[in-house]
Amino acid sequence: MITMATVWLDGCSGCHMSILDMDEYLIEIFKRATLVYSPLVDHKDFPEMVDLTLVEGAVSSTDDLAKIKKVRQHTKTLVALGDCAVTGNVPGMRSMFPVSAVMERAYVENADINPGAPTQKIPPLIARVRPVHQIVPVDLVVPGCPPSAKTIAYVLDRLIAGEPVDSAEIARFG
Amino acid sequence: MSVKTLKMDGKDLSAREGDTILQVAEENNIYIPTLCHLDGLADVGACRLCVVEIKGRRGFQPACSTVIEEGMEVVTNSETLQKYRRLILELLFVEGNHVCAVCVSNRHCDLQDLAVKVGMNYTRLAYRAPVRDMDLSHERFGFDGNRCVLCTRCVRVCDEIEGAHTWDVRGRGIEASVITDLDQPWGESLTCTSCGKCVQVCPTGALFQKGKSAAEMVKQATFVTYLKSMRESKK
Repeated sequence: MITMATVWLDGCSGCHMSILDMDEYLIEIFKRATLVYSPLVDHKDFPEMVDLTLVEGAVSSTDDLAKIKKVRQHTKTLVALGDCAVTGNVPGMRSMFPVSAVMERAYVENADINPGAPTQKIPPLIARVRPVHQIVPVDLVVPGCPPSAKTIAYVLDRLIAGEPVDSAEIARFG
Repeated sequence: MSVKTLKMDGKDLSAREGDTILQVAEENNIYIPTLCHLDGLADVGACRLCVVEIKGRRGFQPACSTVIEEGMEVVTNSETLQKYRRLILELLFVEGNHVCAVCVSNRHCDLQDLAVKVGMNYTRLAYRAPVRDMDLSHERFGFDGNRCVLCTRCVRVCDEIEGAHTWDVRGRGIEASVITDLDQPWGESLTCTSCGKCVQVCPTGALFQKGKSAAEMVKQATFVTYLKSMRESKK
């Protein structure tokens, strides 16, 4: 039995939906792996060491940065899951504008009431959205928006069994 | 027309004089990845994806625009070539803003397909995230510079097949982009015949038909080969 975690950075949660879309195959997965940390379960802190972590989403804020560095430190095998984690994808589309212009657009131009960027609780955005592998070393990339449940099941089967995976053969951008 | 003999990936082949390495490869079911090449249009060797190694020659030659010679020994696939093809694709992906998930050509895109064929599933280079223009002034078609790879298929089809030469290239290097007329809005172009050939040959979602969903935006570029061969045989 291995330990497994999933992390949600700047993404739409579609990759997590695709994980859930494995349906009854999740039962097969969880016969061999325990989910110790995930937006889908209730643990608040990332454990001391996790065998396998799937990361959804790009690195967009100081919070994402701190989170992914911590996750890398406490993970044996780190998988960038989905286009946002692998390329920046849709969250990355704001990289062509300065952060101030992005905040102005979201919180002033498009605001119906109380215009103005939040000054507390919300972690500041970093200048450019980055794929996970450009911040910390990643052991495997699985592109797709989202990767299909079938792709995720294949990847998990292989990784849990300790077998090598070449996602270039099974996954594609978009 | 005389016959030339050559070796390709160790196989002895014969081919017509004047044929390109790519033509010979295709006739012999040897796969060489291409992007800017389209049967029926003049080759320009713009994308460099089809580079091959030729024994006795330095560097790499584009298969689409290198004519075969007697006794030539060509390698179409080696570790070095795979490495460079992957790098070329990485450069193409980071140069523009290719966001497959929100592109009208998602799953009908030559660039996306090539990434799969070449095994390019992430880029080691930083994304440039350039600010690029869109032109939606034409009644039926749109242009999104974010998705353009400067293959110049649109330029060539408009000039060579349609004879309008509405499209051309402006600027140099990283600043280069395709333009209509003298960099005027497409919708106001005096030369554009609105034939839509440019849209059909565009390998990515840079040129598209307005009002089409990603599922519907399937392009048919093969008409170019047909038109060209019919014109040449004067049928």
